Amino acid sequence: MKDLYENEMKLEFLSKSNNEAFARITVAAFAAQLDPTIEELSDIKTAVSEAVTNCIIHGYEDSEGIIKIITKIYHNTIIIEISDTGKGIENIDKAREPLYTSKPNLERSGMGFTIMESFMDEVNIESIVGLGTKVTMKKKIKLLKKESEEELKNNLLFT
Amino acid sequence: MNIEYDNKDKLLTIKINEEIDHHAVEKIRRRADYEIQRYMPKRVVFDFNNVSFMDSSGIGMVVGRYKLISMLGGELSMINVKENLYKILKMSGVSNIIPIKEAKI
Ligand SMILES: Nc1ncnc2c1ncn2[C@@H]1O[C@H](COP(=O)(O)OP(=O)(O)OP(=O)(O)O)[C@@H](O)[C@H]1O
Ligand SMILES: [Mg+2]
Repeated sequence: MKDLYENEMKLEFLSKSNNEAFARITVAAFAAQLDPTIEELSDIKTAVSEAVTNCIIHGYEDSEGIIKIITKIYHNTIIIEISDTGKGIENIDKAREPLYTSKPNLERSGMGFTIMESFMDEVNIESIVGLGTKVTMKKKIKLLKKESEEELKNNLLFT
Repeated sequence: MNIEYDNKDKLLTIKINEEIDHHAVEKIRRRADYEIQRYMPKRVVFDFNNVSFMDSSGIGMVVGRYKLISMLGGELSMINVKENLYKILKMSGVSNIIPIKEAKI
């Protein structure tokens, strides 16, 4: 067994669309210490991209604001908190529905929250109209594969 | 972005060479719509061979082009779709309306 491992990082940046790639790549680089598979890393990148894009398009609309990301690692779980102080969400249940978008004219598909939910283990949305939105996502990075590889190696050594 | 037009087959190939997110989509959409309206192709293919990342902005972009191309009487398909792109195209139901084809080798 691995010992309990904890780590944390914070990131703040302007709600400019050219920061979307910066945000997802930075979180993925931080997540890399958990030794995720390529697929797990790609899932994390996509989920972060969805949440950050939402802050820019919906939270701040045409104005500019600060997007904050706090990423924590606790044992083998990554917890990512992405927040804005923009306009907030009136109806969270509706926002979570697949294909629901308040901006169909901008060619949005309404799949952002559905993608976050399917790529991460847990997605929690907190929002107050006029104050902002915070999305917290968790994903457990599987150790299983590596441990069984280790076991296999040990077995080979002792037989 | 590489554009290729085969006049004999009336086939327009749009090859995207960057990560497809909200930032990138604006430019891709403008160029693609321009080329589609210029050539009026029978078939349009999005080649994703050099696309390593796509989020829901890409879904909106692809569906938007699908609507334009259909309106002009053409057909749209996609090739060289990587595993991670396939996942969200499938999840959103896009792969049911826009076929993903095997690339010719
Ligand atoms: N940070 C936010 N601030 C305000 N409203 C938000 C925020 N995030 C999401 N919403 C609301 O929730 C809806 C659903 O979000 P979701 O990401 O699922 O779809 P979308 O952004 O509209 O489309 P897509 O993500 O597919 O491009 C949005 O249309 C918007 O009304
Ligand atoms: Mg979204």
